Amino acid sequence: MRNLRARDAIVTAFAASALLLTGCSSGGSGSTSTDTATDTDTSAQAQPDGDRSLVVYAGRSEDLVGPLIEQFEESSGITVKVRYANSIEMAAQLLEEGERTPAQVFLSQEAGALGALRDASLLVPLPEEITGAVDPKYTSADDTWVALTGRARVVIYDSEELSADDVPRDVHELTDPAWKGRVGFAPTNASFQSFVTAMRVLEGEEAAEEWLNGLIENDAEVFPGNSPILEAVNTGAVDVGLVNHYYWVVAAAEAGGPDSMRAQMQFGEPGSTSALVNVTGAGILTGSEDSEEALEFVQFLVSEQAQTFFVEQTGEYSLVPGAPSPANVPTLEELQGPEIDYSELADLEGTIELLTKVGLI
Amino acid sequence: MLFLGAVGAGAAALPLAYLVVRLFQADPADVVGTLFRERTLRLALTTLGLSITVAVASLLIGIPTAWALTRVRLPALGLWRVLAALPLAIPSYVTAFAWISTWSGLRGFWPLVVVMTIACTPYVTLPVAAALHLADQRTVDVARTLGRGPLAAFRAATLPQIAPAAAAGALLAALYTISDFGAPSLLRVQTLTWAVHAAYEGGLNRTLAAATATVLVVLALLLVLLERLVRARAHRGSVRQERGVPASRSSAAASRIAAMVGMTAIAAIGLALPAFALIRRGLEGRSADIDWSRLVGSTATTLGLSVGGALLAVALGLPIAVLAARYRSRAVSALESVAYLAHGVPGIVVGLSLVFFTLSVIPVLYQSALALCFAYAVIFLPKAIGSARSAIEQVPPSLEDVARGLGRGPAHTWASVTARLSAPGIAVGGLLVAVTAMKELPATLMLLPIGANTLATELWRHTSVTAYAAAAPYAIALVLVASIPAYLLSRTEHDGTRD
Repeated sequence: MRNLRARDAIVTAFAASALLLTGCSSGGSGSTSTDTATDTDTSAQAQPDGDRSLVVYAGRSEDLVGPLIEQFEESSGITVKVRYANSIEMAAQLLEEGERTPAQVFLSQEAGALGALRDASLLVPLPEEITGAVDPKYTSADDTWVALTGRARVVIYDSEELSADDVPRDVHELTDPAWKGRVGFAPTNASFQSFVTAMRVLEGEEAAEEWLNGLIENDAEVFPGNSPILEAVNTGAVDVGLVNHYYWVVAAAEAGGPDSMRAQMQFGEPGSTSALVNVTGAGILTGSEDSEEALEFVQFLVSEQAQTFFVEQTGEYSLVPGAPSPANVPTLEELQGPEIDYSELADLEGTIELLTKVGLI
Repeated sequence: MLFLGAVGAGAAALPLAYLVVRLFQADPADVVGTLFRERTLRLALTTLGLSITVAVASLLIGIPTAWALTRVRLPALGLWRVLAALPLAIPSYVTAFAWISTWSGLRGFWPLVVVMTIACTPYVTLPVAAALHLADQRTVDVARTLGRGPLAAFRAATLPQIAPAAAAGALLAALYTISDFGAPSLLRVQTLTWAVHAAYEGGLNRTLAAATATVLVVLALLLVLLERLVRARAHRGSVRQERGVPASRSSAAASRIAAMVGMTAIAAIGLALPAFALIRRGLEGRSADIDWSRLVGSTATTLGLSVGGALLAVALGLPIAVLAARYRSRAVSALESVAYLAHGVPGIVVGLSLVFFTLSVIPVLYQSALALCFAYAVIFLPKAIGSARSAIEQVPPSLEDVARGLGRGPAHTWASVTARLSAPGIAVGGLLVAVTAMKELPATLMLLPIGANTLATELWRHTSVTAYAAAAPYAIALVLVASIPAYLLSRTEHDGTRD
């Protein structure tokens, strides 16, 4: 019996290693097969002549921008290879890669990550025809990246507990004892951090510090990001939360429409910090200065086709003057974000210092 | 052999070397300033408290489960074995998500302890069950004859025999806990790994991230030394030269019922509840169209990469395991410890370190399947080492001496005696690597060949935009695929150790 068992074990081990070897090769071929599956219309990928391709690092979700990139591939004939991750982790990776990066275009969920790459001299200047397409109010001052879409900061609330009239349009009111233990926020989230930066710029360091301390003293609950806050408000675990509007738009589409959502949105008081609009953007990486494909792609992103896609499919604001507004939300003009120089928002350091000082990160 | 061991340890040391490089590039005042503040201490204490609590809880559940699997006559034994191994297949972030969507607002230290304990208990159960199979019943019989009760006899006679396996398993549980990001962030407990991620999120503060990760390495070192202490104590008086007498299974009704009720309860909490929550969420949403080609493609990629990672991890870890099992020198201890340390480093840091090293040394391999397999091997090396070492330790050196005495060379002896007898243990290590590599996310996102997807990245893609219905098929596929190694794990231990 003993011999038989030992032999079984060895057979298992051999079978395992055989599996391992096939596994390794299928790891390689698996990736190529997925490639071709994604690039629906480009079968001539391997041919060197006449085949144009582009490598994009996308800090935005594939569900949201994947279909748009397919549209670009169809209209341009360029094969786009995309790597997806969180914007910030992707920016950390790009900083690590430096000039050896395989990426040609970086698509970021927020301005801070682009600012960090610019500070490391990893972005090349964009031509006027691209940067000039969007409202200069929202985009980079030095043409190293271009803003693509905007998301409004909102207060979401549990509509089974509260009516719209109960929910403040000014986030400062959330430090009132009446809101003790009822607010959810995400201090490590980049959008929240640019919101704090905006508050520092518009209202001063002391006001921002006072507000953060007010939230802490009011036992505001710390969440890891926007989605978990939305989930908590939508299930009634927390009464109100500070998020970007478009998380709600996407979740409402998933749930089957705005009326299916328990969480509802309160937009900020026009002109105040609470009405801040955060931007997403794109930049071309060092080494791809002369890439026509990269330029063509970024040009496409500010085109009417792409901007309409963002407005209709992801519920974001187009920053191109005169573009349509997403459904179910106030227009960018009605929203009337605060007067602020967006290049000042890229300076996160002071905000990090402040958040560290009050003990939130 | 020492050279081969050094190669394995060298690979595992890459993330540590990366941290050193990063810290030396930073302003020393900055590093000191970020490290020596009250917050760091608070994070370190939370992390240490969490990992030790999880390790102890895993022991408290894992040892009785292993005992039930090996000492009680159970109906459908195979099923119970699979149930005990299956939690390995479920990522801790999936469990945490399932719990939160069942009890909204769930948060805090103790729920996290429960989630992590469920995820980590198999690390203890599997090796302890293997050790119990091999444990010598005669010493227990002696203890019983001398008037000890069953529990006292277990403590005096069995426990020392399974202590090395239990300690190794508890160490894996503790290290997995300190480096996990998903579950702590969902249950909103601020740990050091959470702080490393927060440092990147907060304006890409790489100095703060590296400094915080260094504190994690120190904690990992403490845990490794603690385990070594336990193992060294257990080793005294447990050197066996021959195979012992195996124990018989109890058929007493009380122990059979207790074993089945206990294991059913744990399976209900750890397996049925997440499965139920996922299916419920899957049915609720509107994003439920399943992209079958993508599901199949990402499943194949996941399998290939994780198995490749397992192969590499075994190749790198085996020399260290042999050295650690057979020699007790400072050099060997150091090699083994280094191999374990990287396991405590958050995946995002390991990922960045491999971005750095691949691009500096072999840029051709950057973002290739091989580089990612290598990353898995580095992250999960201790899993390959731990069970291989225990298995090799169980092979009586006298058998090797006999083979050598009969004129066989060292290599021949190793292949025909040591490797043959310890093969199940070595395979267990490889399977453990495979099952955890399938769930790995941060390094996968950075190093995966461009355009490819794994089940974990698909899961991330959908949950990050709250498309839970679309995420459910991938979560279910991940659990099913990971059940294969989990099933093999329960079989290997069965086949390899029962005479």
